[in-house]
Amino acid sequence: MFEFLEKLFGNKPASKSVAKERLRLVLIQDRSAMSPAMLDALKVDLIKVISGYMSIDIEALEVCLENENDSIALVCNIPILEMKRTKADN
Amino acid sequence: MSEVIVITSGKGGVGKTTTTANIGTGLASIDATKKVVLIDTDIGLRNLDLVLGLENRIVYDIVDIVQGNCKIRQALIRDKKNENLFLLPAAQTKDKSAVSEAQMQELIKNLREEFDYIIIDCPAGIEQGFKNAIAAAEKAIVVTTPEIGPVRDADRIIGLLEANGLMQPKLIINRVKQNLVKQGDMMEIIDILEILAVDLLGVVPEDESIVASTNRGEPAVLDQNSRAGQAYRNIVNRMAGANIPLMDMEERNSFWKKFKGFLSK
Repeated sequence: MFEFLEKLFGNKPASKSVAKERLRLVLIQDRSAMSPAMLDALKVDLIKVISGYMSIDIEALEVCLENENDSIALVCNIPILEMKRTKADN
Repeated sequence: MSEVIVITSGKGGVGKTTTTANIGTGLASIDATKKVVLIDTDIGLRNLDLVLGLENRIVYDIVDIVQGNCKIRQALIRDKKNENLFLLPAAQTKDKSAVSEAQMQELIKNLREEFDYIIIDCPAGIEQGFKNAIAAAEKAIVVTTPEIGPVRDADRIIGLLEANGLMQPKLIINRVKQNLVKQGDMMEIIDILEILAVDLLGVVPEDESIVASTNRGEPAVLDQNSRAGQAYRNIVNRMAGANIPLMDMEERNSFWKKFKGFLSK
């Protein structure tokens, strides 16, 4: 009954919309031929390059492919802990 | 000129074998001049024989043919009701590696001489069994259900089919539960088509009578009272070139609906 009311008042989207959205996102990853192993390798390389300029939170680093208006973008969320004054060679 | 069609899905349990049995039986029954053979390529896990009710007649199987233990003709099992319908069963005791892609191509080349429709029931998965099943196919039908797992796998399969030259596979959406669609808890046909970007061959409603028809080994396509059977009849007619609109998915359970349905016939 509660679920019904929730649905009625639109607090919770119909599960088909949730399914569609989740599917849309997961298919972007599936279709872009990037395997999780490749994505991990990219992360390692990104960390290597960026660490020369700033110290970053490696644990919180997020790298993913996102779809906007039918185009795929590589989106990185890299929290910065500290900026470096000069470029450091790792 | 024969048509070689593979029926596949990626995911197991979405109704590939039931679909194969119904399409094959349907194609053989709408046109008595066409000869149809159904090939079960699910070696080690055969089931098409059960759905067709032919499990007691198997002597030789597909592995016996490729190993040279028998001639093709000896392994073909004629359907009980339709003399133009044949089953080529999978082996139950071997595994997928018992047949190679080249052997499959050779087998189908030979079957082309006798059959108008060669329908291949593909195993679940994307391993050797899948590769064998698509090796000689010219067209593909992808079966899915309106759930995220099966649709995701269908997308993967469509990609693999196209990478192997089987362009523009046709989609069957199976086991659509209209009551769930109505309450917004099942993806709609249009959503799935938009996501997968393929042509629709048909939509099959969830129908409990399928369980009974499988129990009996009599494909639902022959049952005039079965709604899934009606959907499969529409599908085979479309495959034969007819232009048939999608069936009404609504449950005809009320008396008035039945009455209206009766009047409109």
